[in-house]
Amino acid sequence: MDFGGERPIFLQIADQLREGILCGAWPEESQVPSITEYSVNYRINPATALKAVNLLVEEGLLYKKRGVGMFVAPGARQKLMESRRESFYRDYVEGLVREARNLGLSREELAQLIERGFEDGDRV
Amino acid sequence: MAIEFEGVSKRYGRAQALKEVSLRLEKERIYGLLGENGAGKSTLLNILGGRLPQSEGRVTVDGAPAGSDEAQGKVFIVGESNYFPEDMKVKKAFRAAGAFLPGFESEKAAALAGEFGLDVKKRVKALSTGYGSIFRLILGLCSGADYVAFDEPVLGLDARHRDLFYRLLMESYAARPHTVILSTHLIAEAANLLEEAVILHRGRVVACEPTENLRGALCSVSGPARLMEEFLRDKQVLSQRAVGGLRTACIQNDGKPLPPGLERSPLDLQEYFITLMEEKDKEDVG
Repeated sequence: MDFGGERPIFLQIADQLREGILCGAWPEESQVPSITEYSVNYRINPATALKAVNLLVEEGLLYKKRGVGMFVAPGARQKLMESRRESFYRDYVEGLVREARNLGLSREELAQLIERGFEDGDRV
Repeated sequence: MAIEFEGVSKRYGRAQALKEVSLRLEKERIYGLLGENGAGKSTLLNILGGRLPQSEGRVTVDGAPAGSDEAQGKVFIVGESNYFPEDMKVKKAFRAAGAFLPGFESEKAAALAGEFGLDVKKRVKALSTGYGSIFRLILGLCSGADYVAFDEPVLGLDARHRDLFYRLLMESYAARPHTVILSTHLIAEAANLLEEAVILHRGRVVACEPTENLRGALCSVSGPARLMEEFLRDKQVLSQRAVGGLRTACIQNDGKPLPPGLERSPLDLQEYFITLMEEKDKEDVG
């Protein structure tokens, strides 16, 4: 993993963990990588990895089993999906409409493109 | 429990290598010691290791003066010197290390030699520049000391060995949390390992902060020259450059929204360091 870009590394690791929970790479009640694994594999300070994990603990997505490690909390995936749905409009739709306007695409043309996106997605 | 520098200065004749350095290095943290050539990094480490007396001030390790037997047992500095008779074989040196480093992990040292491809049957003096460095790095990684400092550890190492060193450093830190001081020129590749950065400039400490704070402290803003001029009117500009009609300026990151048409990006540790050095040079001249 390459930690380029603007976001602090602990936020990038937190994103990666959330993504893994959402796509099912780490099912509920499964163990996620330890602070040491993150630190050694990504050559990062353990405090940075700890910050990412603590963030997900605060969000109720991970919990700690004493002496064993960190696990995905029950209901974590559902929780993530709900919060993603809430921010979907702000994160995707607003920007999509703004860019469509910049490019002079009409409302109908944009709707057609979205339709096409669904069809292409079905084909894969 | 910590390393403390209090008002430490060092003069070599007329040249002042350190000027009133006050610094506290906590237990079990990883520090970067950053500075240009001649900034005083090696001097600082040599004083800490008791190899060089300071001209003024106090340096203590868990309360014991640097250079005292008690301090020497807790600090290990990986620098240019070898600690061993030059005609000693590497294997024997690893066994002998236990004599002056009570916590030295001889078995781990042999295993690490294998990972680096260091031939333990060779004599220390017969090692190439790169393997000479690797030999000393292994001593540092296995020292068992509470405070381990590496002075330019990856000098002369190829990319694969540098990466291996960073991985092993994180492994040994995880297995046995201790204070690590990493003095390095290669800021970009070491930045993510560091919890805090100590920046030296001409013998003075100009920053000692969590790297996360430094990352966000400055930012670069860019946009069309006309808009930038307006925007920068009431700002302190640390550095700027122009390419055609596009201007980029480095300023303090106040987090406030930018006028439309301008873009902001935070500086990474290396860019921060370069900008800070340029700024300090200007101050010194002015």
